[in-house]
Amino acid sequence: MTGNMHLGVEEPIRECQYNQICTHNSSPMNTPHTKKRKSKRKWQVFPGRNRFYCNGRIMMAKQTGVFYLTMVLILVTSGLFFAFDCPFLASNLTPAIPAIGGVLFVFVMGMLLRASFSDPGVLPRATPEEAADIERQIDATNGPSGPGYRPPPRTREVLINGQTVKLKYCFTCKIFRPPRASHCSLCDNCVERFDHHCPWVGNCVGRRNYRFFYLFILSLSFLTLFIFAFVITHVILRSNRTGFLSALRDSPASVLEVVVCFFSVWSIVGLSGFHTYLISSNQTTNEDIKGSWSSKRGKGNYNPYSYGNFITNCCAALCGPLPPSLIDRRGFVLPDTPQPAAQTNGTGACPPNQVQSHMAATNPLLHSQPIILGGGPTLQAKSSLGGPCSTLSPSQPSLPSSIPGLSCGGELLALRDSEIHCHHHLHHQHFISPEETPSPPTALPCATHLGHHVHPAQLFNPVSQDSLHEDSVRGLVKLSSV
Amino acid sequence: MATEFHNLQELRHSASLANKVFIQRDYTDGTICKFQTKFPSELDSRIERTLFEDTVKTLNNYYAEAEKIGGQSYLEGCLACLTVYLIFLCIETRYEKVLKKISRYIQEQNEKIYAPRGLLITDPLERGMRVIEISVYEDRGSSGSSSGSSTTSSSGR
Repeated sequence: MTGNMHLGVEEPIRECQYNQICTHNSSPMNTPHTKKRKSKRKWQVFPGRNRFYCNGRIMMAKQTGVFYLTMVLILVTSGLFFAFDCPFLASNLTPAIPAIGGVLFVFVMGMLLRASFSDPGVLPRATPEEAADIERQIDATNGPSGPGYRPPPRTREVLINGQTVKLKYCFTCKIFRPPRASHCSLCDNCVERFDHHCPWVGNCVGRRNYRFFYLFILSLSFLTLFIFAFVITHVILRSNRTGFLSALRDSPASVLEVVVCFFSVWSIVGLSGFHTYLISSNQTTNEDIKGSWSSKRGKGNYNPYSYGNFITNCCAALCGPLPPSLIDRRGFVLPDTPQPAAQTNGTGACPPNQVQSHMAATNPLLHSQPIILGGGPTLQAKSSLGGPCSTLSPSQPSLPSSIPGLSCGGELLALRDSEIHCHHHLHHQHFISPEETPSPPTALPCATHLGHHVHPAQLFNPVSQDSLHEDSVRGLVKLSSV
Repeated sequence: MATEFHNLQELRHSASLANKVFIQRDYTDGTICKFQTKFPSELDSRIERTLFEDTVKTLNNYYAEAEKIGGQSYLEGCLACLTVYLIFLCIETRYEKVLKKISRYIQEQNEKIYAPRGLLITDPLERGMRVIEISVYEDRGSSGSSSGSSTTSSSGR
């Protein structure tokens, strides 16, 4: 990379080619001529690990395989129901059955697509000036320290409705996270009111799409129970006429539908019940698993965000105002707009030396960290180039959200995030046993992320590992009790 | 005051950016959007305290109106739910309407109050609703250095 930079200064044509390569991952290949005239949309330079479709209108997580499985399951089961069971039921019972089924099906699909495709409430990363301003403030608060001394965790305390809440600093996004926000390690974004990352929906569930997610699982529970009940009714009515075995032979699809519905209904209804409880107490899955507002933590511990009664909490969650997306996916990148440094554009478990070097540039205290600072001079030189290209580099390693930097607190939070979505995987896995294929994809990101995070953690505080194990056990116990 | 600008265009062309002041969020009332009204020391010599506080308080009121949970928001929510949220393809949400009002207000404040004093407010929506960014400009002709950036205002208490 350093070699290219030298060439870039002397030979402008090479520099053009260098620019072309570095935008390869995020936008289609442009010739150097058209590139100068065509301005990019912001989704093309988005630093998180999301995928965008329809020119930025649709936003999803990187791994969408399980989402397609969800779609296939719902479409196939409903399709079979409408094709094979509904004609019989409509003629023998009432045509209202397919009508209601149709309405439920449309609602389920609408909510699923809305939950999957919308921005969950991603917080854009800090501009360089903001990040520098925050650094200055943190240095002023913490004071100077000698070499070899690890600075204390970057936190701010805020009093919300009488409860002390700690705001943590996100090293990837370079912001102090608002209360209830969390960094999703899969998508590499901070998300407001982060609930969890749902692989079935193929997106994070946060402030902007929580109500769609909840309505999706609620309506899916009704649809599953509806299909289950009426398929059984159909088979019973048929077997009254022609006998059980011939009834099954006449509508073989019913068997498949019953099996799918039977295995899904337990976890979907269970999940709806769990989320109804969360909504009524105005908590996120994140907070519930960590036990943030549990009375077991302390006598005066209560949820400062709850409105007091469960009706107001429900109304606020489902019928409250819908905030707009903060990331402006389809806007154009202006040449003079400050762009935050894009950290992730590839995969792999490379050590996060880029961020470390950047941090070292702004904070001399970091020189004591035992990390290779080879990327340092390259990063400095790049920042002098104008335009969006300077924020992307050809082989940026993908950075885990738990940058092994300065705070055990930040690590714990990031590690907990991966725990949370892993628990979600476990929760879902026990009903997908008839279909073997999904388990490897869901288990794999779980395992890689745990493996990914544990290694850097081992460089630092081993005490945090014990508390994490405790928390993960607590989390598993909590989920199994649902 | 050395810097006197009559409109935003003049400001952008003849001044150079000296410093940026960030007004952080105030989370004491929960997660609603509210900014701290504490007057930053860097603006001490540039603008009167009351004008600044008025601007921030008006912005806070606008955001509170956008995020208010009451009859109108329930009606909007229920109607949207019944139409599978397709209604938002046709009409604007209340939040979006208020954001447009805010953007007009900021534009007006910039033109009337801040630009003549060599300052420029950036809409918080462009900064992810995290900060109100106030750019401090210095006249290119003047030899004055940037206004005190070494003093740090305490934040988020």
